[in-house]
Amino acid sequence: MKLLNYLIVTLLTVLAASGCKKDNYDPPSAMLSGRLQYQGAEIHLEYNQVPYQVYQFGFGKTGSVSNTSFEQDGSYSLLLFNGEYKLIVPNGQGPFLWKKTAAGNPDTITVRMNGSQALNLEVTPYYMIRNAQLSVAAGKVNGVFNIEKIITDANARDIERVNLYINKSAFVSGAGNYNIASAGKTGAEITDPANVALSATIPVLVPAQSYVYARIGLKVSGVEDMIFSPVVKLSL
Amino acid sequence: MKLKIVSFGILTLLAGASSCKKESDFLNVLPTSILTNEQAFSDPNQVLSILANLYNRQLDFSTVRSWESMADFSETFPSQSNAPQEIVRRNEWGYNFWSTWDYTYIRELNIFLQRCEAATKLSDGDKKRFLAEGRFLRANYFFEMVKRMGGVPLILEPMLYDFKGDPTYLQHPRAKESDIYDFVIAEAEAIKMDLPADVNNKSRASRGAALAMECRAALYAGSIAKYGSNTPQVALAGGEVGIPAAMANGYFTKSLAAAQQIIDGSAGAYGLYNKKPDLSENFASIFYDKGTNPETIFIEDFKLKSGKVHGFTQVNQPRYGAEEEEGGRLNPSLNLVQSFEKLDNTFAPLPVKDGGGAPVFYNTQVDIFAGRDARLGGTVMLPGTSFKGRTVDIWAGYQLADGGIVSGDERGQQKTLPGGAGPVQVVGFDGPINGKEHTAQTGFYLRKYLDPAAGSGSRGTGSEVPFVRYRYAEVLLNAAEAAFELGQSGVAAGYMNQVRARAGLVTPLTGAQITLARIMHERRAELSFEGHILFDQKRWRNAHVVWDGVAMTEADLLANIGAANKRNTQPFGLWSYKLHNPGNPNHGKWLFKIVKSPLVTGTNRFRMGNYYSFIDDNIRSNNPKILKQPNQD
Repeated sequence: MKLLNYLIVTLLTVLAASGCKKDNYDPPSAMLSGRLQYQGAEIHLEYNQVPYQVYQFGFGKTGSVSNTSFEQDGSYSLLLFNGEYKLIVPNGQGPFLWKKTAAGNPDTITVRMNGSQALNLEVTPYYMIRNAQLSVAAGKVNGVFNIEKIITDANARDIERVNLYINKSAFVSGAGNYNIASAGKTGAEITDPANVALSATIPVLVPAQSYVYARIGLKVSGVEDMIFSPVVKLSL
Repeated sequence: MKLKIVSFGILTLLAGASSCKKESDFLNVLPTSILTNEQAFSDPNQVLSILANLYNRQLDFSTVRSWESMADFSETFPSQSNAPQEIVRRNEWGYNFWSTWDYTYIRELNIFLQRCEAATKLSDGDKKRFLAEGRFLRANYFFEMVKRMGGVPLILEPMLYDFKGDPTYLQHPRAKESDIYDFVIAEAEAIKMDLPADVNNKSRASRGAALAMECRAALYAGSIAKYGSNTPQVALAGGEVGIPAAMANGYFTKSLAAAQQIIDGSAGAYGLYNKKPDLSENFASIFYDKGTNPETIFIEDFKLKSGKVHGFTQVNQPRYGAEEEEGGRLNPSLNLVQSFEKLDNTFAPLPVKDGGGAPVFYNTQVDIFAGRDARLGGTVMLPGTSFKGRTVDIWAGYQLADGGIVSGDERGQQKTLPGGAGPVQVVGFDGPINGKEHTAQTGFYLRKYLDPAAGSGSRGTGSEVPFVRYRYAEVLLNAAEAAFELGQSGVAAGYMNQVRARAGLVTPLTGAQITLARIMHERRAELSFEGHILFDQKRWRNAHVVWDGVAMTEADLLANIGAANKRNTQPFGLWSYKLHNPGNPNHGKWLFKIVKSPLVTGTNRFRMGNYYSFIDDNIRSNNPKILKQPNQD
């Protein structure tokens, strides 16, 4: 009987010792990172609203291996295992056009991970907000910018509206808790796209702080996501 | 050791010897606890008990079984701490909200139909009715699925796996969205004559229920076809999501025809409930009067002392003097309250301030709500009204002459007023107190579905008030909308005026006054908290407009009442105060203030990807033929 006990203990020890190797992988360590751009210019987005998907084939299940979205400055990063992946932005997402196949599906980018790599994603936005100048004067944030229409072919779309958003934190967009004040113009009110001005009154800040964040957003009609200018921190 | 081996050998021998019966005698013993299919389908009562299980598994969107399911969309503020508060804290709905994919239920319905079809001992009449009921439940669930998911695989046979290692023949792609609606409509037409045309048959499928389902389904399909052009990106190329615009009129015609069969009485003597002289009380009674109620068509019924009761009254009763130490969870928002029309058919905010911005004073709390649609008082428990003979005690405090406020943070707290002799109550026992759960944090409680019976608010007894799935007023509104979409505005006005007259809006609308915005408003006023708001806004492709995620100010709240694009992203409240200013002619009178709870930090944001709910990745892994919903990551 004692012998049996020893045997069991020994067996368990061996099992325990060998088990750790068997079912634990190293965490993914290859970093894929980059940003959205158009001809080298940054594309800024609303936080957590424009998703991208990374697929890896051959593991039985379908579906994206990641469910993540771009940061508000248009950047992204992912930790992956080495291997081959495919990356897309799904149809109808983002204020831009993603390359498409002849069948109208989003064209995939093949990504071979072998250690970390940087990969910028080239897309064609409907519009670009250029030369956004934001300043504070007399309790207001004033924004001046021009709008460049990029897509002019059959896919062209109109401007629904432009907005200037102000927030206390660096997250600035039209979502309810991402702005404390905003000013807007509809597309029809924009007479000269080369010179658009917006002005929003800064409300009382509770608790008080000596700075606000602001940026300009442009909504393309029929497209859910807005395109933005970079977030600017303004001292009061 | 040897002894053991020997004895084991003997035992084996013994066992072998005693089992020398014929195999057929030994193995073919009928189980005493399981009925065979033939036995189960031999007796109508037996079949009904199988059906009862299937009836109980119907899926509802908003139901008296769960108050949270009615709390969303800024129609209420959820007055309970912790988890339910998430409704007013979140900034968007997840794509998986409202998903359903219960093919187990469909399979069991299909098996039921197959076995019932094969039954030999049922009378023809019974069999027909059971089959029609099974098909009704199946069509109703497919309708529920198509509302939430768009086109889904249309499985009408119980499928069996052959265990040969290749399940691909069991994988079916999504049908077109229009195919599912066509199926629901065709099933209703096919079974309606097999179902009883009996107004008192409410919790089992009836001819009225089949027609009501048909008219609602056809109306949904028609409006998706018509208004799909508002959101062109909400579509899939194969038609799994989205319906071609050309099909709209066909659906509206079917919807109107089905509704008219109910209206002309061929499905039973349905009509509007009109038994009580007090119109608000009359409206509230539709939901709790279980006598001969001509209005309800198809309900989920409950029965006291049967085990099937619900606690809706218990969790939503006015907290003060309640039968349990709880209640008051659903607090209707001012957004909803102010949307009820004035008796001259116009929209206006509640008169809180006069033109100069000074508060308007009222002798009693209910005065400010006077001259409005009677459905307001039937849907919402207004401050100053009573329930079970007790006046609800909703008031926020005393307004002092210097602009200060005396209030408390405990229910019914007492304080001494300036110049007062001793402590007096300074806040209602029903609140409103921000963050104090079960008080009326918007200044209102819910009245719809509350059961006036004694004991209904206690945990041990519960309530047997039914949940109404289809009722006559909705059929009238469906008919009105279908007629309006077909260009028959006069007909539409006729149907709508019947519903409005019952609510005290006796000045009839003319055909020219009927607009889509009017119809949208009418459905909200009549059918709020009955599970329509989400699906209505979805089919009009208007959800991303009214729930656009932009925070609301008081000015936003008061502008554009009754408009189709009226933003509704955050719930507001209306708090009443007593003026304490001895010597002033208004001393002791009531004034009101519009408030937004500091707990309301999020906004309702309906994204394009919310129009059709997420299909789980596991489902798509198991069946790669299932296409993804549009506009979701």
